[in-house]
Amino acid sequence: MAAGSSIDALGQFELHPVLGALGESLRFSQSPMMMIVAALLVLAFLYVGMRPAAVVPGRLQAAAEMCYDFIYNMAVDTIGVEGKAFFPFVFTLFFFILAGNYLGLLPFSFAFTSHIAVTLALALMVFCLSIIVSLKVQGAKFFAHFMPAGAPKALAPLLIPIEILSFLSRPVSLSIRLFANMVAGHVMFDMFAAFTIMLAGLGFFGEIIAVGPVVINIALMALELLVGALQAYVFAILTCIYLREAVAH
Amino acid sequence: MDKDNDPSGESFNRRLEAARERIKPRKAAERDTGGTMSDLGLVIRSGTELVSALVVGVGIGWGLDHWLGTKPWFLIVFSLLGGVAGVLNVWRLVRPDAISTKADGPDGGPGRL
Repeated sequence: MAAGSSIDALGQFELHPVLGALGESLRFSQSPMMMIVAALLVLAFLYVGMRPAAVVPGRLQAAAEMCYDFIYNMAVDTIGVEGKAFFPFVFTLFFFILAGNYLGLLPFSFAFTSHIAVTLALALMVFCLSIIVSLKVQGAKFFAHFMPAGAPKALAPLLIPIEILSFLSRPVSLSIRLFANMVAGHVMFDMFAAFTIMLAGLGFFGEIIAVGPVVINIALMALELLVGALQAYVFAILTCIYLREAVAH
Repeated sequence: MDKDNDPSGESFNRRLEAARERIKPRKAAERDTGGTMSDLGLVIRSGTELVSALVVGVGIGWGLDHWLGTKPWFLIVFSLLGGVAGVLNVWRLVRPDAISTKADGPDGGPGRL
């Protein structure tokens, strides 16, 4: 990626056709391929994990059950009893994003969550679902939320646009947060890796100093493991919060 | 329920009650998930909340100007409104009573965030 003395930190996000001629004709790039891999990984984890269906679970089954419980508790604690209906949606979102973030950390891999097209699509899905649920549960009362109760009527022309903008900023903040964090992490990896190569070309002392960026990259990998899980968690918990507001009467 | 072979020796009714208690929606104070995960989540969220409303405001203002041919006016108005909405977002996130997870803020706005 970084050839010679130039750093091309954004080249890693470019999409290329994969799988030879077939992928070329289908315009099939790394991004959908990694999405399929992520989805299959999660499905395989749950299927293989839960196949024994033992009363006393083995390690893999215990992991699968813990994941289930974690999201189930998150959904029910945040949304309330209605959260049971949305639990599969939140579970899918969380593990799809988590798998995408972590798969992107593997060498020669691609993080599909680093594309705003992907994260915005996910965020709009959540946003549209929350609007549909709001309209179904609250009906026309939903629109009353845009006028803060108790505020003077004269301020309505100012307050209502602000509330609407605040509401419309939800999918944007959801998508930008995930996308920006993933891009920043991968750009930093690329930068420090490029520093290593550039320093190594400076002779004996350069080769010694070049160890520095490698050490930093190892620390960054730990940070990115945290960020990957945290971003998936934040995405899922915000989905729950938006849905709770939607089902609240 | 004539066969009750639970080792704890509790009656079935009592266990049923305990199970029902568990699946009940918890009260606001108990709902706070606590822990480092949600604290870190709060920190990560606050920055983007501020910017995203501004992005939406500028986008809407620019779009309206482009559509209606009123060049700078809608952009100016909606940039300001977007900035205000961004501050409102952050305020909803960090205000002292934001921890109790009520469905609606006391001001009746669409809850926190």
